[in-house]
Amino acid sequence: MKIRTFFSSMSHVRFQQLGMLFVLIIMCTIFSIILPDFLQISNILNVLKQISVIAILAAGVTFVILTGGIDLSVGSVLALAGVISVLLSKQGINSVVAMLSGILVGALAGLVNGFLVARVRLSPFIVTLGSLTYVRGLAYVISGGYPIALQSDLFKTAGAGTFLSIPIPIYIMLIVYLLSFFILKYTMFGRNVYAIGGNEEAAHLSGIKVNQNLILVYTLSGLLAGLGGIVLAGRLFSGQPTAGQGFELDAIAAVILGGTSLTGGVGTIQGTIIGALIMGVLSNALTLMNVDYYWQQVVKGVVIVLAVLIDRLRKKDK
Amino acid sequence: MHQVTDQSLILRMSNVGKQFAGVQVLKGVNLELYRGEVHALMGENGAGKSTLIKILSGVYQPDQGTIEYMNKKVRWSSPSEARNKGISVIHQELNLSPNISVAENIFMGTKFPKTSLGFIDWKKLNENARQLLHSLGMNLDPEAIVSSLSVAQQQMVEIARAFSIDSKVLVMDEPTATLTDKDISVLFKIINEFKKKGLAIVFISHRMKEIFRIADRCTVLRDGEWIKSMPISETNSHDLVRLMIGREPRSFFHVEQRDTSKYQKQQPVLQINQLQNKKLKNVSFSIHAGEIVGLYGLIGSGRTELVRAIYGADPIDGGEIYIQGNKKEIKNPLEAISAGIGLVPENRKEQGLFLEMSVKENVMIAKMKQLQSKGILRWKQIAETAKDYIQQLNIKYSSLEQHSMNLSGGNQQKILIARLLSMNPKVLLLDEPTRGIDVGAKAEIYSMIYKLAEQGVGVLFISSEMPEVLAVSDRILVMHEGALTAELNREEATQENIMLYATGVNQ
Repeated sequence: MKIRTFFSSMSHVRFQQLGMLFVLIIMCTIFSIILPDFLQISNILNVLKQISVIAILAAGVTFVILTGGIDLSVGSVLALAGVISVLLSKQGINSVVAMLSGILVGALAGLVNGFLVARVRLSPFIVTLGSLTYVRGLAYVISGGYPIALQSDLFKTAGAGTFLSIPIPIYIMLIVYLLSFFILKYTMFGRNVYAIGGNEEAAHLSGIKVNQNLILVYTLSGLLAGLGGIVLAGRLFSGQPTAGQGFELDAIAAVILGGTSLTGGVGTIQGTIIGALIMGVLSNALTLMNVDYYWQQVVKGVVIVLAVLIDRLRKKDK
Repeated sequence: MHQVTDQSLILRMSNVGKQFAGVQVLKGVNLELYRGEVHALMGENGAGKSTLIKILSGVYQPDQGTIEYMNKKVRWSSPSEARNKGISVIHQELNLSPNISVAENIFMGTKFPKTSLGFIDWKKLNENARQLLHSLGMNLDPEAIVSSLSVAQQQMVEIARAFSIDSKVLVMDEPTATLTDKDISVLFKIINEFKKKGLAIVFISHRMKEIFRIADRCTVLRDGEWIKSMPISETNSHDLVRLMIGREPRSFFHVEQRDTSKYQKQQPVLQINQLQNKKLKNVSFSIHAGEIVGLYGLIGSGRTELVRAIYGADPIDGGEIYIQGNKKEIKNPLEAISAGIGLVPENRKEQGLFLEMSVKENVMIAKMKQLQSKGILRWKQIAETAKDYIQQLNIKYSSLEQHSMNLSGGNQQKILIARLLSMNPKVLLLDEPTRGIDVGAKAEIYSMIYKLAEQGVGVLFISSEMPEVLAVSDRILVMHEGALTAELNREEATQENIMLYATGVNQ
């Protein structure tokens, strides 16, 4: 039977994506019925702009979680990158150089995480819990604890500008996801990420340089967090040491909602963007419905637990 | 010898059988245990010792036969029921909680003594432990943390725990495997204490000398069947070995006599000199191109450790590896692969397969990096190459994208061999490549091995099944306790001869 082979050849990863895409579509349908403003172009762009920073972080975190690790430091790395690049720009350094420096700082923070995880063999949770704290601390030290105002217009464009009436952060997010998709599917590095997360011992015995790939993964996550920091600083017109607090948890939530397994080896980048959209659409709709912000938190948390629960039930079915 | 009477009988298993998924793994097994005896359970790998122990201790329920315990028919519903009734098993992997004290471990699961306020009376607990340890002749501090003890001391803690719950039967699964000679003497002294106190001890060991030192009686199993039980004084090591292996080799597969003489004049494709690490004692051997060399050893003999050391998966403390006469420094698997060594690891699911990845990628994972242009993988070409290998090995699959976890064991094993082929190795290290797969897949794997040998690959073939080693190999190496004890050619290699070396009777 054609249909049977079709279904049997469909991996459950794809089913998971379809499942979450389905949830997203249902949510959008319901919200568009009860909220007339929901489907307005301006609102849709607003949602996309709102999720862009978290989504950029979540792309990096997807790589890390695919290897079976975790990165709790991305929110802090974002703040440090923002503070440093705004500070450099304020010193009169060319904005492009300043922005690139911020991204580099992010990559460096990730490199340290990766080295400790891969070479020193510390647990990723502990390593990045540590950097969550000390990287944030560095952001405070460097900024003196106060937001640093951003003067450069070019820099502001990265976060608040538009091109063809579409906000720049949305373009950046799209490019990040297209590149990530490409890397995961069409490069040896991407396949190694899946292999290491699926079975590290087998990957090692197959001649994959496990440590080198792990270091690269954490560096990439740091780099994307740095990029997120630039975008957020541009949007806020300032480098703030308090920026992005708790973003790491939103990013991880998006990855998990997107069907990536916390044990590694299973998941996709397109799942993560769907996960980020589900969270973004939910908080947008709740805001449009004038739901109290505190209650929004409650609803978001419940949705995450429900999604994981559904995932568990579905796996038991198999 | 003590007198064997019905009063002294503790446990009798009669005609016990067990099936798994339609396969009879145990049938017609009898075992009688008497007060104050050490009973050696003997048999090759896979003879059914573990299954028997698991039935004895309530992990499995028998399909046939009866168990009588203390003159009553019993049927354990769980391991904890068997344990509470007095049957304790000490596994090779110790079952202790490492970060708490000796006393807590000994009395774990029992009610701790309490003070008048209802808190734990530590003084009393430690005192109880001290008395117990003393009565067993064990010199251990009850307040010591278990993880700070040596393996031998930890084993004593476990033995003390078994004694504290008033065990009548104590099963020890290879208790001496990780002990030094001195520790073994101490252990045997303790076992003798237990004998005096009237326990029955079931003792499993692959070391023949120990059996004759400590056991009173023995039971021999072979291929899941009961062969014989007898007092140890009525037998000797050669007879025991003969009973363990049987007389007729099972020849369910084709035995091919191969002519390897043309390769013998050449330099060996793999030469190992004095390889040593924690588990290996100065191992030296060589394999010529086109040769299939069997490696036999009982579990724990170091055969897996040997191939892992050659492959760079475990560190080595000394020794040299030569490939076609060139010395190679191999510090990790990648270096082994580039030197031309391929490994099919012992445990295909844990060390070999990417279960959640496609058949295609499982086959091609090591080869893929050669099939990219400017850093971009050429999936079309990867798929075509994968199909080639899959056809060569006749792997049954529904789609290249199918996850490898949905394949049968035989097809999974073939995937690993296909991956090996893609690396173009000069030397193959096959660690139990036929374990747990059906006869048809086995035959296909044998013919693949022959084909590769014909093409000039040198093969090291590990198997727990002696007839298989005998049938497949041109030459057979035998290991015991991390050392190579014999190198036998086809004429010298009989089951009996191999087993004498594998159990350390001949050195």
